[in-house]
This record gives sequence, structure tokens and C-alpha cells, in this order.
Amino acid sequence: MPQFDLILHNAQLISPEQNSVTSGAVAINQGQIAAVGADIPLESGQKTIDCGDNYLSPGLVDIGVKIGEPGERHKESFGSAARAAAAGGVTTIVTRPDTSPPIDNPETLQFFCQRAETDATVRIQPIAALTKGRKGREMTEIRLLKDAGAIAFSDCDKPVRDAKVMGRCLTYCQSHNALVIGHPQNPDLSRDAAATSSALASLMGLPSVSSLAERMGLERDLALVEITGASYHADQITTSAALPPLERAIHDGHKVSAGTSIHHLTLNELDISKYRTFYKVKPPLRAETDRAAVVEAVADGLITVISSMHTPQDEESKRLPFETAASGAVALETLLPAALRLHLNDGLPLPTLFRALSYHPSQLLGLDTGRLSVGAPADLLLFDLKSPFTLDRHRLLSKSRNTPFDGQMLQGQVLRTFLNGQEIYRAAPL
Amino acid sequence: MTHYSMKHLLGIQSMSVDDIHSTLDLAESYAQLNRGRDKRASVLNGTTQVNMFFERSTRTQASFELAGKRLGADVMSLNVLASSVGKGETLIDTAMTLNAMQPDILVVRHPQSGAVDLLAQKVECSVVNAGDGRHEHPTQALLDALTIRRSKGRVEGLTIAICGDILHSRVARSNLLLLSKLQNRVRMIGPSTLVPPIFAEFGVEIFDDMKEGLQNVDIVMMLRLQEERMSGSFVPSLREYFHLYGLDEEKLAVARPDAIIMHPGPMNRGVEIDGLLADDINRSVIQEQVEMGVAVRMAVLHLLPRLRHQEGAMPLATPDQLGQ
Repeated sequence: MPQFDLILHNAQLISPEQNSVTSGAVAINQGQIAAVGADIPLESGQKTIDCGDNYLSPGLVDIGVKIGEPGERHKESFGSAARAAAAGGVTTIVTRPDTSPPIDNPETLQFFCQRAETDATVRIQPIAALTKGRKGREMTEIRLLKDAGAIAFSDCDKPVRDAKVMGRCLTYCQSHNALVIGHPQNPDLSRDAAATSSALASLMGLPSVSSLAERMGLERDLALVEITGASYHADQITTSAALPPLERAIHDGHKVSAGTSIHHLTLNELDISKYRTFYKVKPPLRAETDRAAVVEAVADGLITVISSMHTPQDEESKRLPFETAASGAVALETLLPAALRLHLNDGLPLPTLFRALSYHPSQLLGLDTGRLSVGAPADLLLFDLKSPFTLDRHRLLSKSRNTPFDGQMLQGQVLRTFLNGQEIYRAAPL
Repeated sequence: MTHYSMKHLLGIQSMSVDDIHSTLDLAESYAQLNRGRDKRASVLNGTTQVNMFFERSTRTQASFELAGKRLGADVMSLNVLASSVGKGETLIDTAMTLNAMQPDILVVRHPQSGAVDLLAQKVECSVVNAGDGRHEHPTQALLDALTIRRSKGRVEGLTIAICGDILHSRVARSNLLLLSKLQNRVRMIGPSTLVPPIFAEFGVEIFDDMKEGLQNVDIVMMLRLQEERMSGSFVPSLREYFHLYGLDEEKLAVARPDAIIMHPGPMNRGVEIDGLLADDINRSVIQEQVEMGVAVRMAVLHLLPRLRHQEGAMPLATPDQLGQ
């Protein structure tokens, strides 16, 4: 009997936990990582995969993915989202509750979890709504939802407008040890906005919002965290102005963390110049100086999570004038290659990148994934960093194809994805 | 006279200085033609022009209609406000439907910025932007330039004040682009809630004091104030607005003695402009703007490339041949 179920050898191992890249192998037993290192013996009869000196890392853990179930299955289903995720090296999807109806009660959550169980081939961890109907008036049944599997609570892109309600939600979540994910944005200032205020937006005649609306939203939430002692994660920090208050709150010891979206790390406001609605996201794309500041904040570890903010939209909702077109972009399949631009172009070290893509999101949510360490689930991702490819949106596995990267050259093709040691995706041979 | 190298006229931004000058030159000759007894030219004989207005308009729609007819095109005007878009058909579907009817030119107005660009990507014929949201209204800027040129003898080296609701105005944006391209000095005057300070990045001087802003200007360009701006907390009341930004004799006195007054219409007398001043034929060129509107639109329709029937294309008339 060979010692291991499978050995992936001749790989460049990215360990976000150890903050290292080393050559070696990973051995898998019973769905878990059983050994990691340069000296794992390859006995005869042992099932092995030669990784061809490509990179092997933990599978990505993506916080804030929208699945169209319930309500918009024509945009994305559990099946299509899971296939897209596997093809993109994402092994854990943390889903958003901004469905229709929203996931704001235990019964809907139960339905959701059953659908996930039946159709999804990757791990699904649901976020539940913070307030009923995401209306910002009454809190949801936090404890019942948590017991039914909700991993965090968020009203997504609709911040709770009433500070008193938000404060009570935070207090209640604190006492039930539940994480609140906020969307730092002043909703009055950003009402109807389709772009970030700038010379370009002014010339284009688009209603716009100052980038400071994000700082205003964050500062309010941080003050409420200070009052209540709750655990708070900001879903997307996209502006330089929001960084100092974030840093101060973390420095003062509050249970605060922040993420950002892959689109705000790799695109900027100039991309909307042709009214291209695939670049319309929420919050809107920012100035290049903001993008650079946010990349630096990821490098420094101030922003700890990078998300795809995967938001499937059908063709019709994007084939509209910019102001009325729907916001959001699909990104499960482009998260990795887009993130690798930060390594290739902005010089971000690979372990830092994978801390934000897998280790930190897992830690934040109390999951045991996201590590290339003995005992962790064998959720793994093998990718080729060298060969460039051109993205063709019509070949995406997601049901919706609204990606801003269509036709662009990318690097970081996923070769294989493993979940619990089982291969769930393998790239077609070139 | 050569056609534009661009397929559509979507905005001043995509026009070269040469494009602007040749439009104004040709429009000048059409202005002569329009004052004659026989106003017809045969440049667009046999072609079809469709005006699609997704937003209410009287003067612009009439102006485009007349321009096309005088050039010999078959012109159809659709008020899409009340028709199929209300039934849930999308902008693109409407455009595709019309495209299938083989028009040569589509003239489009839409309440949203960028909507005309979007539509232009989906049709085969040339598209003229007759105003999209707050973005651009290129033929208005061209007719303003022609009016200025006829009054001042040139459109360069002048100081022009654009006054009022700049924020919501496509006229202001197109004029800013055109006047800057032709090396004029542009000022913007209005309440700080309606004048985005970011326009300073384009070399615009910004004033919230009208008397300061109007010092020694050659041209005073007034914009319409929409009544709904009151409810949006942009300005407190019509009378305070008129007090501060309504053009009257007193404020105009600081401009150059030969300064002219322009307004894209429709005017709110007593809100942004004193009624008597608007009618003062020595100062106001507002009626001439309307007249030049037809001439400029004839020139634009003339200069767009004919995309269909390439081989049988109409020989181009030169300005001298017109009106003979």
C-alpha cells in the first residue's frame, strides 16, 4: 500500500501561512494535506501528478460572490457558479444574500443550503442579510440564521442608513459572536451615481459621487464599532481617503478588517470612458492614485482580503445606457489571472497575494482552508504563471459573461483544481 | 469640401479643428441659401433621414427636420417618448428596427449620457447626436460658433462666459470643448452647486459672482434653469437665482460694450434672463442662433459620409454651387 492517496510533485509551493514559495511536493491523504516539502519520497505504485514546476497554492476563498439563486437563476445557478469557480481555482465561495428574495430568514437560507448541497461542487458558505429585506429597518433573526449556517451578516451594497439601527445590529451581532460585513458608503451621496467624481465623469455627463463618500460611510461604521465592540469587515475599500481611518481603528485594537475587489485593484476610472457598461461596478471605478494606494494597502497588509465581487448580469441589463445599465461584473474565472497582474505589474509577492486570496478570508471566517499545511483540507490550485492567454468571454463557464477583461491578455491559467484532494477541474490540453 | 472622416457626429470631442472650420464654412453658405427664395439643395436627394427623439424637443427637432428637407432627404420624425420604448422595447431594439428600414442618417436625442454612442454602435448608418443627457449637444455648439463668427468676425481669442446650470448642461460641455479647441478663453459662472469646480482642469475660469465673471467678456452665453433644480436643493428660489444670476442691464454693464447675449432656448424670462434684454436686437443674437441652427445642421448632414450606395454616391456640391 502506498503511503499517500496522491502526491503532487515538482511544484512551486505557495504557502500563504508560512509566507513562502519553495519547490517541493504536497501529499494528500483522505482529503487532507498529509505532508508538504521537498523530501517526500515517490514510492513505486504511488499515485502522483507531475506539476511541471508550475505553482501550487491553496484554493481561493472568495468572499462576496453573488449566485442568482433564488430569483435570478438565468444569470447564475449553483451549478454554473461552481463550475466557474472550479475553473477559476476558487474552492470556497462565500455567497452574498442580495438575491431576490434576499436571504433574510432561516427558511430561505435552508433552501439555499439544500440547493448548494445538491448542485455545487465547491464549498459554499452563505452570508445572510443583516436586516429584513435589506431595508435597513429591522434586524434579521441573527441567531437562528447563524445556527442554520450563516457565516456572516451583510446588507451588501445597501448600507443601513439609520445609524441607530446599524448600532443595534452591531450590538446584537457582538453578543452572538457574529461577523458583520459592511459596505462603507454614504448612501445619500452615492444615490444615482454611475461614476466617481472626476474631470472625465464631468465631461461624460455622468452623475457621480465623490470618493470621500466611502470614507464617510466607513467612519460612521467604525464609530459604531467603537461603541459596540462588534466584529466588522468592510467589504470593499477602494479609495486612499478611507485608509487612514481604517488603519487607526485597527491600531486602536478594534475588531476591524477590510477587503477590496479585484476590479478596483486592476482597473481605473478611465476604463469607463467609452461608456462601456461592463466596467460599471459598485462602488464605481476610482482614480489611478486610489488604485495604486489600495494596491499598496494590500501589500502592507492593511487590506487583508481580495474578493471577486462576482456579480452576474445578463446581456440585456448591460445593453443599456450607462446610467441605467446594471452594475457588477463576473469574476470567478478572472480573479486569479487579474490578481496575478498585481504580482507581475505591481510587484506584489506571491505569498502576500495568496494571503489575501485564501488565507486571510479563511481566517476571518474561522475556516480551516486557505493553508498549504499538514492537516488542512486538500483544497488546491495548480496554475501556469508563464503562458499568456487571451480571454474570450464567450468561453466563460459562468452563465453571465459580463467581464471587463474580454479580449485582454492575461497570465495565470488554472491547470487543475482540487477540493478535498479530489480533482474538480482540469484545463483542456493546449 | 471633404466629408468628415468620422462615421458619426457624436460630439465635439471627436471633431478636429478642420472639421469644425469646414462645417462653419459650409453652414455659412447654407445660411445664405436659406435667406433666398428657393431654399432647396439636392445634396441628400434620395436619402432617408430619421429623427428619433427620446426626449421632448421642439426647436432642435424642427431644425433638423427642416435641414434634411431643404437638402432633399426624405425626413421622418419619431417621437419615441410615447411609442414602443414605453412598451418595454429597449433602446437597442428600437434602433435595430429602424436600421432595418435602411435609413441613411439617424438623428438621435436621448435623456441619458452616452445613449447615442451606444445606439451608434448598433446601426449601419451615420448617427448625429442631437443631445444625450448631460454629455454633448454638438450641433448646438456649432451653431453657437457660427453665430459668434458672424457677429465678431472670428471664433478665436474671445472671452466667453457660460452662465447658469453648467452641471446639468450638455450645451455647456459641447461649447466648452469647441471654444477651447478654437483657442478661446472660457469662463463658467453660476451658483457653486451648479458649476462643477473640476472644469478648472480644462483651463476654465470659474466664478460664483456674476459681475466678477462678466468683466470684459465678449460673449455672454446664458443657460436655461430647470424648475426642478429648486427641489434638488441646488438653489433656494427663483427670485434669489434671478437676483444673483439673472442677466440684466446692470450685470451686463461690466461686459465689453459690444458683448452679445446668447441663449440656447427655450428661455425662462425673468429667471435667467431679463425679458427686455433678450429682445434687445442690439445685444441679443438669440433669434439668429435659431436661424444658424438650420444652416449648421444642413452642413452637418451634408458632411457626414454616405455609407450606403457607395458607388452611386451623389457628387458633392461645393459652397459656390449652392443656391445658384
